[in-house]
Amino acid sequence: MNKKSTFYQKLCASPHILWSAIFIIVPLLMVAYYSFTDANGSFTMENIYRLTDYTDTFLRSLWYGIIATLICLVMAYPIAYFISQSKARAQTTMIMLVMIPMWMNFLIRTYAWMNILEDSGVINKMLSFLHLPNLHMINTPSAVILGMVYNFLPYMILPIYSVLTKLDRSLVEAAQDLGANKFNVFLKVIFPMSVSGIVSGITMVFVPSVSTFYISQKLGGGTFALIGDIIEMQFQVSNNFNFGAALSLVLMVLILICMAFMNKFSDTEDAGGGMVV
Amino acid sequence: MKKSAFSKIYIFLIFAFLYVPILIICVYSFNASNSTGVMTGLSVKWYAELFKDKVTLHACYNTIILAITSAVTATVLGTLAAIGIDKMKKGWRRSMLMTVTDIPMMNPEIVTGVSMMLLFVFIGAFLKINGVLGFWTLFIAHVTFSLPYVILNIMPKLKQIDPHLAEAAQDLGCTPAKAYWKVILPAIKPGIVSGFIMGFTLSLDDFIISYFVSGPKFQTLPIRIYSMTKKRVTPDMYALSTIIFVVILVMLIIINLSDLKGDSKKRKKGAE
Repeated sequence: MNKKSTFYQKLCASPHILWSAIFIIVPLLMVAYYSFTDANGSFTMENIYRLTDYTDTFLRSLWYGIIATLICLVMAYPIAYFISQSKARAQTTMIMLVMIPMWMNFLIRTYAWMNILEDSGVINKMLSFLHLPNLHMINTPSAVILGMVYNFLPYMILPIYSVLTKLDRSLVEAAQDLGANKFNVFLKVIFPMSVSGIVSGITMVFVPSVSTFYISQKLGGGTFALIGDIIEMQFQVSNNFNFGAALSLVLMVLILICMAFMNKFSDTEDAGGGMVV
Repeated sequence: MKKSAFSKIYIFLIFAFLYVPILIICVYSFNASNSTGVMTGLSVKWYAELFKDKVTLHACYNTIILAITSAVTATVLGTLAAIGIDKMKKGWRRSMLMTVTDIPMMNPEIVTGVSMMLLFVFIGAFLKINGVLGFWTLFIAHVTFSLPYVILNIMPKLKQIDPHLAEAAQDLGCTPAKAYWKVILPAIKPGIVSGFIMGFTLSLDDFIISYFVSGPKFQTLPIRIYSMTKKRVTPDMYALSTIIFVVILVMLIIINLSDLKGDSKKRKKGAE
Protein backbone atom coordinates (compact mmCIF):
# COMPACT_ATOMS: atom_id res chain seq x y z
CA MET A 1 0.00 0.00 0.00
CA ASN A 2 1.36 3.45 -0.83
CA LYS A 3 2.54 5.86 1.82
CA LYS A 4 -0.07 8.53 1.15
CA SER A 5 -3.05 6.31 1.84
CA THR A 6 -1.37 4.93 4.96
CA PHE A 7 -0.98 8.52 6.16
CA TYR A 8 -4.68 9.22 5.62
CA GLN A 9 -5.57 6.03 7.42
CA LYS A 10 -3.47 7.04 10.40
CA LEU A 11 -5.16 10.44 10.35
CA CYS A 12 -8.48 8.65 10.96
CA ALA A 13 -7.47 8.16 14.59
CA SER A 14 -7.01 11.89 15.28
CA PRO A 15 -10.61 12.74 16.29
CA HIS A 16 -10.47 9.88 18.73
CA ILE A 17 -7.08 11.01 20.09
CA LEU A 18 -8.45 14.51 20.67
CA TRP A 19 -11.62 13.16 22.28
CA SER A 20 -9.66 10.84 24.58
CA ALA A 21 -7.32 13.62 25.65
CA ILE A 22 -10.15 15.95 26.65
CA PHE A 23 -12.65 13.49 28.08
CA ILE A 24 -10.43 10.74 29.49
CA ILE A 25 -7.06 12.25 30.44
CA VAL A 26 -8.20 15.66 31.66
CA PRO A 27 -10.97 14.26 33.93
CA LEU A 28 -8.44 11.92 35.55
CA LEU A 29 -6.13 14.87 36.15
CA MET A 30 -9.11 16.61 37.74
CA VAL A 31 -9.51 13.68 40.14
CA ALA A 32 -5.86 14.01 41.13
CA TYR A 33 -6.21 17.78 41.48
CA TYR A 34 -9.27 17.55 43.73
CA SER A 35 -7.63 14.78 45.81
CA PHE A 36 -4.80 17.07 46.88
CA THR A 37 -6.77 20.26 47.42
CA ASP A 38 -9.37 21.43 49.91
CA ALA A 39 -12.69 23.13 49.19
CA ASN A 40 -10.91 26.47 48.61
CA GLY A 41 -8.48 24.98 46.10
CA SER A 42 -5.32 25.12 48.23
CA PHE A 43 -2.98 22.16 48.57
CA THR A 44 -3.62 19.69 51.38
CA MET A 45 -2.80 16.08 52.32
CA GLU A 46 -5.84 15.92 54.63
CA ASN A 47 -7.92 13.81 52.19
CA ILE A 48 -5.16 11.24 51.81
CA TYR A 49 -4.67 10.90 55.59
CA ARG A 50 -8.41 10.40 56.06
CA LEU A 51 -8.36 7.40 53.69
CA THR A 52 -6.91 5.13 56.38
CA ASP A 53 -10.30 5.28 58.17
CA TYR A 54 -11.74 3.30 55.26
CA THR A 55 -9.19 0.48 54.95
CA ASP A 56 -11.80 -2.09 56.05
CA THR A 57 -14.24 -0.86 53.43
CA PHE A 58 -11.63 -1.15 50.68
CA LEU A 59 -10.69 -4.67 51.73
CA ARG A 60 -14.34 -5.74 51.99
CA SER A 61 -15.10 -4.41 48.49
CA LEU A 62 -12.09 -6.20 46.99
CA TRP A 63 -13.01 -9.44 48.74
CA TYR A 64 -16.66 -9.41 47.62
CA GLY A 65 -15.53 -8.53 44.10
CA ILE A 66 -13.12 -11.47 43.98
CA ILE A 67 -15.75 -13.93 45.24
CA ALA A 68 -18.41 -12.67 42.79
CA THR A 69 -15.91 -12.89 39.91
CA LEU A 70 -14.89 -16.45 40.75
CA ILE A 71 -18.52 -17.58 41.02
CA CYS A 72 -19.28 -15.94 37.65
CA LEU A 73 -16.30 -17.69 36.04
CA VAL A 74 -17.29 -21.10 37.39
CA MET A 75 -20.89 -20.60 36.25
CA ALA A 76 -20.10 -19.00 32.89
CA TYR A 77 -17.35 -21.19 31.46
CA PRO A 78 -19.44 -24.38 31.07
CA ILE A 79 -22.42 -22.59 29.53
CA ALA A 80 -20.17 -20.63 27.15
CA TYR A 81 -18.56 -23.91 26.14
CA PHE A 82 -21.88 -25.75 25.70
CA ILE A 83 -23.31 -22.88 23.64
CA SER A 84 -20.24 -22.83 21.41
CA GLN A 85 -20.74 -26.58 20.80
CA SER A 86 -24.36 -26.16 19.66
CA LYS A 87 -25.72 -25.82 16.15
CA ALA A 88 -25.24 -22.37 14.59
CA ARG A 89 -28.92 -21.42 14.85
CA ALA A 90 -29.24 -22.54 18.45
CA GLN A 91 -26.07 -20.56 19.23
CA THR A 92 -27.57 -17.29 17.95
CA THR A 93 -30.76 -17.85 19.92
CA MET A 94 -28.98 -18.71 23.14
CA ILE A 95 -26.58 -15.78 22.89
CA MET A 96 -29.59 -13.52 22.37
CA LEU A 97 -31.09 -15.03 25.51
CA VAL A 98 -27.89 -14.28 27.41
CA MET A 99 -27.93 -10.68 26.18
CA ILE A 100 -31.61 -9.86 26.81
CA PRO A 101 -31.24 -9.45 30.60
CA MET A 102 -28.48 -6.92 29.91
CA TRP A 103 -31.08 -4.80 28.12
CA MET A 104 -33.35 -4.79 31.14
CA ASN A 105 -32.57 -2.03 33.55
CA PHE A 106 -30.14 -3.26 36.17
CA LEU A 107 -31.79 -1.24 38.92
CA ILE A 108 -35.08 -3.04 38.36
CA ARG A 109 -33.38 -6.43 38.09
CA THR A 110 -31.68 -5.78 41.42
CA TYR A 111 -34.94 -4.57 42.91
CA ALA A 112 -36.63 -7.77 41.75
CA TRP A 113 -34.07 -9.74 43.76
CA MET A 114 -35.11 -7.71 46.78
CA ASN A 115 -38.64 -9.06 46.27
CA ILE A 116 -37.30 -12.58 45.99
CA LEU A 117 -34.98 -12.53 49.00
CA GLU A 118 -36.98 -10.43 51.46
CA ASP A 119 -38.21 -11.87 54.74
CA SER A 120 -41.73 -11.71 53.26
CA GLY A 121 -40.44 -12.30 49.74
CA VAL A 122 -41.05 -14.93 47.09
CA ILE A 123 -38.68 -17.58 48.46
CA ASN A 124 -39.92 -17.28 52.03
CA LYS A 125 -43.55 -17.42 50.91
CA MET A 126 -42.82 -20.63 49.06
CA LEU A 127 -41.06 -22.01 52.13
CA SER A 128 -44.05 -21.10 54.34
CA PHE A 129 -46.36 -22.74 51.83
CA LEU A 130 -44.31 -25.93 52.15
CA HIS A 131 -44.31 -25.53 55.95
CA LEU A 132 -40.53 -25.08 56.01
CA PRO A 133 -38.73 -22.59 58.27
CA ASN A 134 -38.11 -19.20 56.73
CA LEU A 135 -34.65 -17.97 55.80
CA HIS A 136 -33.21 -14.56 56.41
CA MET A 137 -31.39 -13.67 53.19
CA ILE A 138 -31.75 -9.96 52.52
CA ASN A 139 -29.19 -7.53 53.98
CA THR A 140 -26.45 -10.16 54.14
CA PRO A 141 -23.11 -10.25 52.29
CA SER A 142 -24.35 -13.32 50.37
CA ALA A 143 -27.32 -11.35 49.02
CA VAL A 144 -24.97 -8.61 47.80
CA ILE A 145 -22.67 -11.14 46.12
CA LEU A 146 -25.68 -12.86 44.56
CA GLY A 147 -26.76 -9.50 43.16
CA MET A 148 -23.30 -8.99 41.66
CA VAL A 149 -23.25 -12.47 40.11
CA TYR A 150 -26.74 -12.06 38.68
CA ASN A 151 -26.08 -8.64 37.18
CA PHE A 152 -22.66 -9.32 35.71
CA LEU A 153 -22.88 -13.00 34.65
CA PRO A 154 -23.61 -12.16 30.97
CA TYR A 155 -20.40 -10.08 30.90
CA MET A 156 -18.48 -13.26 31.73
CA ILE A 157 -20.38 -15.57 29.36
CA LEU A 158 -20.10 -13.40 26.23
CA PRO A 159 -16.30 -12.92 25.96
CA ILE A 160 -15.59 -16.58 26.79
CA TYR A 161 -18.18 -17.70 24.25
CA SER A 162 -16.78 -15.43 21.54
CA VAL A 163 -13.28 -16.90 22.01
CA LEU A 164 -14.52 -20.49 22.12
CA THR A 165 -16.70 -20.15 19.03
CA LYS A 166 -13.76 -18.82 17.00
CA LEU A 167 -11.58 -21.70 18.09
CA ASP A 168 -10.25 -23.70 15.16
CA ARG A 169 -11.96 -27.13 15.23
CA SER A 170 -9.07 -28.76 13.39
CA LEU A 171 -6.79 -28.05 16.37
CA VAL A 172 -9.10 -30.11 18.56
CA GLU A 173 -9.16 -32.86 15.96
CA ALA A 174 -5.38 -32.75 15.62
CA ALA A 175 -5.02 -33.15 19.38
CA GLN A 176 -7.43 -36.10 19.31
CA ASP A 177 -5.53 -37.67 16.41
CA LEU A 178 -2.34 -37.31 18.39
CA GLY A 179 -3.92 -39.35 21.16
CA ALA A 180 -5.22 -36.77 23.65
CA ASN A 181 -8.31 -37.79 25.57
CA LYS A 182 -11.24 -35.41 26.12
CA PHE A 183 -9.81 -34.06 29.33
CA ASN A 184 -6.40 -33.41 27.83
CA VAL A 185 -7.90 -31.78 24.73
CA PHE A 186 -9.67 -29.39 27.02
CA LEU A 187 -6.71 -28.76 29.30
CA LYS A 188 -4.03 -28.46 26.65
CA VAL A 189 -5.89 -26.98 23.66
CA ILE A 190 -9.27 -25.43 24.43
CA PHE A 191 -8.57 -23.86 27.81
CA PRO A 192 -5.23 -22.18 26.95
CA MET A 193 -6.77 -20.69 23.82
CA SER A 194 -9.70 -19.27 25.76
CA VAL A 195 -7.59 -17.46 28.35
CA SER A 196 -7.99 -14.11 26.58
CA GLY A 197 -11.77 -14.48 26.85
CA ILE A 198 -11.52 -15.39 30.52
CA VAL A 199 -9.32 -12.39 31.21
CA SER A 200 -11.71 -9.94 29.59
CA GLY A 201 -14.60 -11.65 31.36
CA ILE A 202 -12.86 -11.27 34.70
CA THR A 203 -12.21 -7.59 33.98
CA MET A 204 -15.82 -6.99 33.02
CA VAL A 205 -17.15 -8.62 36.19
CA PHE A 206 -14.55 -7.69 38.79
CA VAL A 207 -14.45 -3.95 38.12
CA PRO A 208 -18.19 -3.22 38.40
CA SER A 209 -18.49 -5.60 41.37
CA VAL A 210 -15.78 -3.87 43.37
CA SER A 211 -17.13 -0.41 42.68
CA THR A 212 -20.88 -1.00 42.92
CA PHE A 213 -23.07 1.03 45.22
CA TYR A 214 -26.64 0.30 44.14
CA ILE A 215 -26.48 -3.44 44.73
CA SER A 216 -25.08 -2.99 48.24
CA GLN A 217 -27.68 -0.32 49.02
CA LYS A 218 -30.62 -2.49 47.98
CA LEU A 219 -29.52 -6.03 48.84
CA GLY A 220 -27.20 -5.09 51.70
CA GLY A 221 -29.71 -2.66 53.14
CA GLY A 222 -26.98 -0.24 54.18
CA THR A 223 -25.87 -2.52 57.00
CA PHE A 224 -22.34 -2.51 55.61
CA ALA A 225 -20.91 -0.03 53.12
CA LEU A 226 -18.79 -0.85 50.09
CA ILE A 227 -16.31 1.63 48.72
CA GLY A 228 -18.79 2.68 46.01
CA ASP A 229 -21.28 3.66 48.72
CA ILE A 230 -18.75 5.90 50.43
CA ILE A 231 -17.77 7.61 47.15
CA GLU A 232 -21.40 8.09 46.14
CA MET A 233 -22.12 9.64 49.54
CA GLN A 234 -19.28 12.19 49.18
CA PHE A 235 -20.58 13.40 45.82
CA GLN A 236 -24.36 13.18 46.18
CA VAL A 237 -24.98 13.64 49.91
CA SER A 238 -22.18 15.34 51.80
CA ASN A 239 -20.85 17.29 48.79
CA ASN A 240 -17.25 16.68 49.79
CA PHE A 241 -15.83 16.46 46.26
CA ASN A 242 -12.24 16.54 47.47
CA PHE A 243 -12.43 13.53 49.74
CA GLY A 244 -14.60 11.72 47.17
CA ALA A 245 -11.89 12.35 44.57
CA ALA A 246 -9.22 10.94 46.90
CA LEU A 247 -11.31 7.77 47.44
CA SER A 248 -11.85 7.44 43.67
CA LEU A 249 -8.13 7.88 43.04
CA VAL A 250 -7.24 5.03 45.37
CA LEU A 251 -9.99 2.78 43.99
CA MET A 252 -8.77 3.47 40.46
CA VAL A 253 -5.13 2.78 41.31
CA LEU A 254 -6.05 -0.47 43.09
CA ILE A 255 -8.08 -1.72 40.14
CA LEU A 256 -5.54 -0.62 37.54
CA ILE A 257 -2.87 -2.60 39.41
CA CYS A 258 -5.10 -5.69 39.37
CA MET A 259 -5.90 -5.24 35.69
CA ALA A 260 -2.32 -4.55 34.64
CA PHE A 261 -1.40 -7.82 36.31
CA MET A 262 -4.20 -9.66 34.45
CA ASN A 263 -3.34 -8.10 31.10
CA LYS A 264 0.30 -9.00 31.38
CA PHE A 265 -0.82 -12.57 31.93
CA SER A 266 -3.09 -12.54 28.85
CA ASP A 267 -0.48 -10.87 26.61
CA THR A 268 2.04 -13.64 27.17
CA GLU A 269 -0.72 -16.17 26.54
CA ASP A 270 -1.61 -14.45 23.28
CA ALA A 271 1.99 -14.61 22.12
CA GLY A 272 2.00 -18.32 22.90
CA GLY A 273 -1.22 -18.81 20.95
CA GLY A 274 0.28 -16.96 18.02
CA MET A 275 3.24 -19.30 17.99
CA VAL A 276 0.99 -22.34 17.89
CA VAL A 277 -0.91 -20.98 14.89
CA MET B 1 -20.31 -33.56 18.96
CA LYS B 2 -23.42 -34.96 20.62
CA LYS B 3 -24.93 -32.87 23.33
CA SER B 4 -25.10 -34.61 26.64
CA ALA B 5 -28.05 -34.43 29.00
CA PHE B 6 -25.80 -32.68 31.50
CA SER B 7 -25.12 -29.78 29.16
CA LYS B 8 -28.83 -29.39 28.48
CA ILE B 9 -29.68 -29.32 32.18
CA TYR B 10 -26.84 -26.90 32.87
CA ILE B 11 -27.94 -24.52 30.12
CA PHE B 12 -31.51 -24.71 31.45
CA LEU B 13 -30.41 -23.92 35.03
CA ILE B 14 -28.35 -20.88 34.02
CA PHE B 15 -31.19 -19.52 31.92
CA ALA B 16 -33.60 -20.14 34.79
CA PHE B 17 -31.29 -18.13 37.05
CA LEU B 18 -31.16 -15.31 34.51
CA TYR B 19 -34.88 -15.27 33.79
CA VAL B 20 -36.68 -16.01 37.07
CA PRO B 21 -36.34 -12.41 38.35
CA ILE B 22 -37.57 -11.14 34.99
CA LEU B 23 -40.52 -13.50 35.17
CA ILE B 24 -41.32 -12.23 38.66
CA ILE B 25 -41.22 -8.65 37.37
CA CYS B 26 -43.70 -9.60 34.63
CA VAL B 27 -46.04 -11.39 37.03
CA TYR B 28 -46.09 -8.58 39.59
CA SER B 29 -46.75 -5.99 36.89
CA PHE B 30 -50.24 -7.52 36.62
CA ASN B 31 -50.79 -7.36 40.38
CA ALA B 32 -54.05 -5.79 41.54
CA SER B 33 -52.72 -4.49 44.87
CA ASN B 34 -50.34 -1.57 44.96
CA SER B 35 -47.46 -3.50 46.44
CA THR B 36 -44.62 -5.37 44.76
CA GLY B 37 -44.71 -8.09 47.41
CA VAL B 38 -48.24 -9.43 47.80
CA MET B 39 -50.16 -10.84 44.88
CA THR B 40 -53.89 -10.19 45.31
CA GLY B 41 -55.32 -10.52 41.83
CA LEU B 42 -54.78 -9.73 38.18
CA SER B 43 -55.21 -6.26 36.74
CA VAL B 44 -53.72 -4.02 34.10
CA LYS B 45 -54.18 -0.86 36.15
CA TRP B 46 -50.39 -0.35 36.49
CA TYR B 47 -50.07 -0.18 32.72
CA ALA B 48 -52.76 2.50 32.65
CA GLU B 49 -51.01 4.27 35.53
CA LEU B 50 -47.70 4.15 33.64
CA PHE B 51 -49.10 5.83 30.55
CA LYS B 52 -50.40 8.66 32.74
CA ASP B 53 -46.94 9.25 34.21
CA LYS B 54 -45.60 12.06 32.00
CA VAL B 55 -42.22 12.27 33.75
CA THR B 56 -41.40 8.60 33.22
CA LEU B 57 -42.56 8.65 29.61
CA HIS B 58 -40.40 11.68 28.95
CA ALA B 59 -37.46 9.96 30.59
CA CYS B 60 -37.99 6.98 28.22
CA TYR B 61 -37.90 9.32 25.26
CA ASN B 62 -34.73 10.99 26.57
CA THR B 63 -33.03 7.62 27.08
CA ILE B 64 -33.71 6.49 23.51
CA ILE B 65 -32.55 9.79 21.97
CA LEU B 66 -29.39 9.69 24.05
CA ALA B 67 -28.68 6.03 23.22
CA ILE B 68 -29.09 6.52 19.47
CA THR B 69 -27.06 9.74 19.20
CA SER B 70 -24.25 8.56 21.45
CA ALA B 71 -24.00 5.08 19.88
CA VAL B 72 -23.90 6.50 16.34
CA THR B 73 -21.23 9.04 17.30
CA ALA B 74 -19.18 6.41 19.13
CA THR B 75 -19.44 4.00 16.20
CA VAL B 76 -18.24 6.58 13.67
CA LEU B 77 -15.41 7.83 15.90
CA GLY B 78 -14.49 4.29 16.91
CA THR B 79 -14.43 2.85 13.39
CA LEU B 80 -12.18 5.66 12.19
CA ALA B 81 -9.98 5.24 15.26
CA ALA B 82 -9.67 1.46 14.74
CA ILE B 83 -8.61 1.98 11.12
CA GLY B 84 -6.05 4.57 12.21
CA ILE B 85 -4.69 2.55 15.11
CA ASP B 86 -4.44 -0.57 12.95
CA LYS B 87 -2.11 1.28 10.58
CA MET B 88 0.07 2.68 13.38
CA LYS B 89 3.41 0.96 13.87
CA LYS B 90 3.81 -1.10 17.02
CA GLY B 91 5.54 1.09 19.56
CA TRP B 92 5.00 3.25 22.58
CA ARG B 93 2.66 5.66 20.76
CA ARG B 94 0.32 2.90 19.71
CA SER B 95 0.34 1.08 23.03
CA MET B 96 -0.17 4.35 24.90
CA LEU B 97 -3.13 5.23 22.70
CA MET B 98 -4.62 1.77 23.23
CA THR B 99 -4.14 2.06 26.99
CA VAL B 100 -5.83 5.47 27.08
CA THR B 101 -8.66 4.13 24.90
CA ASP B 102 -9.22 1.27 27.31
CA ILE B 103 -9.28 3.47 30.42
CA PRO B 104 -13.08 4.00 30.51
CA MET B 105 -13.54 0.25 30.15
CA MET B 106 -11.00 -0.75 32.78
CA ASN B 107 -11.77 2.04 35.17
CA PRO B 108 -14.67 1.50 37.54
CA GLU B 109 -17.74 3.26 36.17
CA ILE B 110 -18.09 5.24 39.34
CA VAL B 111 -14.60 6.73 38.85
CA THR B 112 -15.36 7.58 35.21
CA GLY B 113 -18.60 9.23 36.32
CA VAL B 114 -16.98 11.13 39.14
CA SER B 115 -14.02 12.29 37.02
CA MET B 116 -16.27 13.59 34.26
CA MET B 117 -18.52 15.27 36.80
CA LEU B 118 -15.50 17.05 38.24
CA LEU B 119 -14.47 18.21 34.75
CA PHE B 120 -17.96 19.46 33.88
CA VAL B 121 -18.46 21.16 37.22
CA PHE B 122 -15.03 22.77 36.95
CA ILE B 123 -15.72 24.05 33.43
CA GLY B 124 -19.19 25.13 34.52
CA ALA B 125 -17.75 27.14 37.39
CA PHE B 126 -15.04 28.56 35.11
CA LEU B 127 -17.50 29.72 32.46
CA LYS B 128 -20.06 30.66 35.14
CA ILE B 129 -22.76 28.43 33.62
CA ASN B 130 -25.50 27.49 36.06
CA GLY B 131 -26.54 23.86 35.90
CA VAL B 132 -23.97 22.67 33.38
CA LEU B 133 -25.13 19.05 33.77
CA GLY B 134 -27.68 18.07 31.13
CA PHE B 135 -28.03 16.39 27.75
CA TRP B 136 -24.60 17.34 26.43
CA THR B 137 -22.69 16.17 29.48
CA LEU B 138 -24.58 12.85 29.31
CA PHE B 139 -23.91 12.63 25.57
CA ILE B 140 -20.17 13.21 26.02
CA ALA B 141 -19.99 10.68 28.84
CA HIS B 142 -21.92 8.01 26.89
CA VAL B 143 -19.78 8.43 23.77
CA THR B 144 -16.64 8.20 25.90
CA PHE B 145 -17.56 4.96 27.61
CA SER B 146 -18.91 3.37 24.40
CA LEU B 147 -15.79 4.16 22.32
CA PRO B 148 -13.48 1.44 23.68
CA TYR B 149 -16.16 -1.20 23.11
CA VAL B 150 -16.60 -0.13 19.48
CA ILE B 151 -12.84 -0.13 18.90
CA LEU B 152 -12.43 -3.44 20.69
CA ASN B 153 -15.04 -5.02 18.42
CA ILE B 154 -13.46 -3.73 15.21
CA MET B 155 -9.72 -4.13 15.85
CA PRO B 156 -9.68 -7.96 15.71
CA LYS B 157 -11.63 -7.91 12.44
CA LEU B 158 -9.06 -5.53 10.94
CA LYS B 159 -6.25 -7.76 12.14
CA GLN B 160 -7.81 -10.78 10.44
CA ILE B 161 -7.97 -9.08 7.02
CA ASP B 162 -5.39 -10.24 4.52
CA PRO B 163 -3.44 -7.05 3.66
CA HIS B 164 -3.18 -8.26 0.08
CA LEU B 165 -6.95 -7.96 -0.34
CA ALA B 166 -6.94 -4.17 -0.51
CA GLU B 167 -3.89 -4.30 -2.78
CA ALA B 168 -5.67 -6.75 -5.06
CA ALA B 169 -8.66 -4.41 -5.22
CA GLN B 170 -6.36 -1.53 -6.14
CA ASP B 171 -4.59 -3.63 -8.77
CA LEU B 172 -8.01 -4.33 -10.23
CA GLY B 173 -8.58 -0.60 -10.62
CA CYS B 174 -10.03 0.61 -7.32
CA THR B 175 -8.85 3.88 -5.81
CA PRO B 176 -7.55 3.41 -2.23
CA ALA B 177 -10.74 4.96 -0.87
CA LYS B 178 -12.91 2.72 -3.02
CA ALA B 179 -10.85 -0.31 -2.03
CA TYR B 180 -11.64 0.57 1.56
CA TRP B 181 -15.32 0.92 0.87
CA LYS B 182 -15.55 -2.29 -1.15
CA VAL B 183 -13.13 -4.59 0.66
CA ILE B 184 -12.21 -3.48 4.16
CA LEU B 185 -15.53 -2.08 5.31
CA PRO B 186 -17.57 -5.21 4.40
CA ALA B 187 -14.94 -7.33 6.15
CA ILE B 188 -15.19 -5.37 9.40
CA LYS B 189 -18.95 -4.80 9.18
CA PRO B 190 -19.82 -7.47 11.78
CA GLY B 191 -17.45 -5.73 14.19
CA ILE B 192 -19.01 -2.34 13.49
CA VAL B 193 -22.53 -3.70 13.98
CA SER B 194 -21.72 -5.46 17.24
CA GLY B 195 -19.83 -2.35 18.41
CA PHE B 196 -22.87 -0.21 17.71
CA ILE B 197 -25.21 -2.63 19.44
CA MET B 198 -22.93 -2.74 22.46
CA GLY B 199 -22.70 1.05 22.63
CA PHE B 200 -26.47 1.33 22.30
CA THR B 201 -27.10 -1.30 24.98
CA LEU B 202 -24.61 0.22 27.39
CA SER B 203 -26.11 3.65 26.92
CA LEU B 204 -29.68 2.40 27.50
CA ASP B 205 -28.74 0.57 30.64
CA ASP B 206 -26.18 2.95 32.06
CA PHE B 207 -27.00 4.27 35.44
CA ILE B 208 -23.77 4.80 37.36
CA ILE B 209 -21.99 7.24 35.04
CA SER B 210 -25.24 9.00 34.12
CA TYR B 211 -26.05 9.40 37.80
CA PHE B 212 -23.01 11.64 38.25
CA VAL B 213 -23.16 13.65 35.02
CA SER B 214 -26.90 14.30 34.75
CA GLY B 215 -28.83 17.22 36.13
CA PRO B 216 -32.48 17.88 36.89
CA LYS B 217 -33.03 19.25 33.38
CA PHE B 218 -32.48 16.01 31.53
CA GLN B 219 -33.48 12.77 33.21
CA THR B 220 -32.89 9.36 31.69
CA LEU B 221 -34.95 6.32 32.57
CA PRO B 222 -32.37 4.68 34.86
CA ILE B 223 -32.05 7.96 36.80
CA ARG B 224 -35.81 8.18 37.05
CA ILE B 225 -36.00 4.58 38.24
CA TYR B 226 -33.29 5.22 40.81
CA SER B 227 -35.17 8.11 42.32
CA MET B 228 -38.29 5.93 42.43
CA THR B 229 -36.56 2.92 44.03
CA LYS B 230 -35.40 5.12 46.87
CA LYS B 231 -38.90 4.64 48.20
CA ARG B 232 -40.91 1.47 47.87
CA VAL B 233 -41.54 0.85 44.17
CA THR B 234 -45.09 0.67 42.86
CA PRO B 235 -45.73 -1.97 40.19
CA ASP B 236 -45.86 0.59 37.38
CA MET B 237 -42.05 0.30 37.22
CA TYR B 238 -42.55 -3.42 36.72
CA ALA B 239 -45.10 -2.71 34.02
CA LEU B 240 -42.52 -0.53 32.28
CA SER B 241 -39.87 -3.25 32.52
CA THR B 242 -42.31 -5.81 31.14
CA ILE B 243 -43.01 -3.57 28.16
CA ILE B 244 -39.27 -3.07 27.56
CA PHE B 245 -38.74 -6.82 27.80
CA VAL B 246 -41.49 -7.58 25.28
CA VAL B 247 -40.23 -4.90 22.88
CA ILE B 248 -36.68 -6.31 22.99
CA LEU B 249 -37.93 -9.84 22.56
CA VAL B 250 -40.06 -8.94 19.53
CA MET B 251 -37.21 -6.91 18.03
CA LEU B 252 -34.74 -9.76 18.41
CA ILE B 253 -37.19 -12.29 16.97
CA ILE B 254 -37.72 -10.05 13.93
CA ILE B 255 -33.94 -9.64 13.48
CA ASN B 256 -33.46 -13.39 13.82
CA LEU B 257 -36.18 -14.18 11.30
CA SER B 258 -34.85 -11.69 8.76
CA ASP B 259 -31.37 -13.18 9.27
CA LEU B 260 -32.76 -16.62 8.54
CA LYS B 261 -34.43 -15.33 5.36
CA GLY B 262 -31.15 -13.69 4.31
CA ASP B 263 -29.29 -16.91 4.98
CA SER B 264 -31.63 -19.03 2.91
CA LYS B 265 -31.41 -16.49 0.06
CA LYS B 266 -27.62 -16.65 0.23
CA ARG B 267 -27.76 -20.41 0.22
CA LYS B 268 -30.01 -20.37 -2.85
CA LYS B 269 -27.61 -18.01 -4.59
CA GLY B 270 -24.72 -20.27 -3.66
CA ALA B 271 -26.57 -23.25 -5.13
CA GLU B 272 -27.04 -21.42 -8.41
